[in-house]
Amino acid sequence: MKRLMTGNEAIAEAAIRAGCRYFFAYPITPQNEIPEYMALHLPEHGGVFLQAESEIAAINMVYGAAGAGARVMTSSSSPGISLKMEGISYIAAAELPCVIVNVMRGGPGLGGIQPSQSDYFQAVKGGGHGDYRLLVLAPASVQEAAGLTAEAFVLADYYRNPVLILADGIIGQMMEPVSFEDIRPGSSIDKPWATTGARGREPNIINSLYLDPEELEEHNRKLFRKYEEMKESEQRAELYRMEDAELVLVAYGTTARIAMTAVDMAREKGLKAGLVRPISLFPFPERIIRSTIRQASAYLAVEMSMGQMVEDLKLVVNGERPVYFYGRTGGVVPTAEEILEKIELMAGRNKGCA
Amino acid sequence: MRLIKGYPASLTEKEFHYCPGCTHGLAHRLVAEVLDELEIREEAIGVASVGCSVLAYEYFNCDMQQAAHGRAPAVATGIKRVHPDKVVFTYQGDGDLASIGLAELIHAANRGEKITVIFINNAIYGMTGGQMAPTTLPGQRTSTSPAGRSSSETGFPLKIAELLSTVEGVAYLARVSLHDPAHIVEGKRAIKTAFEYQLAGRGFSLVEILAACPTNWGMTPLKALEFVRDEMLKVYPKGVYRRLEK
Repeated sequence: MKRLMTGNEAIAEAAIRAGCRYFFAYPITPQNEIPEYMALHLPEHGGVFLQAESEIAAINMVYGAAGAGARVMTSSSSPGISLKMEGISYIAAAELPCVIVNVMRGGPGLGGIQPSQSDYFQAVKGGGHGDYRLLVLAPASVQEAAGLTAEAFVLADYYRNPVLILADGIIGQMMEPVSFEDIRPGSSIDKPWATTGARGREPNIINSLYLDPEELEEHNRKLFRKYEEMKESEQRAELYRMEDAELVLVAYGTTARIAMTAVDMAREKGLKAGLVRPISLFPFPERIIRSTIRQASAYLAVEMSMGQMVEDLKLVVNGERPVYFYGRTGGVVPTAEEILEKIELMAGRNKGCA
Repeated sequence: MRLIKGYPASLTEKEFHYCPGCTHGLAHRLVAEVLDELEIREEAIGVASVGCSVLAYEYFNCDMQQAAHGRAPAVATGIKRVHPDKVVFTYQGDGDLASIGLAELIHAANRGEKITVIFINNAIYGMTGGQMAPTTLPGQRTSTSPAGRSSSETGFPLKIAELLSTVEGVAYLARVSLHDPAHIVEGKRAIKTAFEYQLAGRGFSLVEILAACPTNWGMTPLKALEFVRDEMLKVYPKGVYRRLEK
């Protein structure tokens, strides 16, 4: 059975179904429906919802609960995620599993409350201090927001790493039919490292301090072996009308939905357009994009930012094809017509080149 | 012959890194003895903070988490909410608790989190080399108040026990000093009471411990203890500041 829900509510419901029993957060628009849903429904499942005094406190409560072995989540929006970054760095360093949701709004600073994708760099390059990465998943529908949230808990446990759901304000706020039938609590993983009281065993320590530089270097190398495994196993993207596509759009989240419409419009005009929609942003779906190089004449990154993901796209394309960018920002959502114009321009340019 | 006092099971055998005359070693020992006496070592989850006691996780022989600067009460909240049947404590200095972590402290106290906070107040930042703290006494020289703390420029000693005494979630709140044996006995009793309040599920408990930092105060260990007795206790009177009746 499908229910009509906002993305925010679907994320919260999926988390509960996936076995999340602890949720700590601070109110911020446009994601307030997540804490509100948790406040109403988590206690029904024997869980704990706690409204923290700040984003900083919330993420540190997550640290404590994750270190204590719990399935735990927090959610926020851009400025709030910036505040959490110190704690996220500690969580990544201490290798604690948790799920963090960022329903992005326009920035920088207090910015605005309309949808945006301008936290891409912060999300995929670490965001806080030090060498670390989050596993970052970007839903493009309410159904996918639910599915990825549930899966995020399993991935977090498996990698002992924070997983970030990077959604934009539209995904959070729009209503779509969603089914939770396929969402089951992922198999609970044994956490022998958790602080649960040292009864009959040696004490467990959750820590990110390594005063010996060689030990710290080894710790960083260990973290990066984990990120390499993520790159090996977790690259995900959806291909849309890519069979014979030469003009390849790359967009994620809401922007990908609009880009699909633009691809359809281009196809009607006889232009061979297609879309690669990254679902994992870290790891960036390098292999999938590389597999399109031979057929592509040019790439167009479309984002609700001044151009962030386009830099990763350029790294992958590595100068072998032109990479163009189109973006609207500050809470302005690009239209399919605007994107179509860019596709036509790109087609013209490439014809000119050939 | 009968052994009446041994090495606490709640301390590891790791040698402290603390300076001669520092109160941390004593405070660690008292907390460990209390964990032993209440037989809660295997139920305890401690939270180390940032400052001289950052390595507390190497000294307490129980499960430990190391928290970001000032965030120990939030981390302890997360742990306690997951394991309400365990004993959760933080061990924090005055830079950590009274400066950068004041918000986390007050709100954990106000929620009545059933945790115990051991607060070491030595009126200075120790680990970073003796900078001024919110708890530094008026006129006290530190590396960032070289002419002595000027209250007109940098404020007054922040009195945590007094500040928390009006917070309703607080079940037990005391300030003690460890400058002589009689006070050490009194201090240990307060620490034990704080843990007992947690065990009884009464609410938030905190013991503020006045402590000496001979290295950063530029004093001999003995002079530093006299400074605690003659100067700190005047500004920070000892006593029980809040105690819910049984």
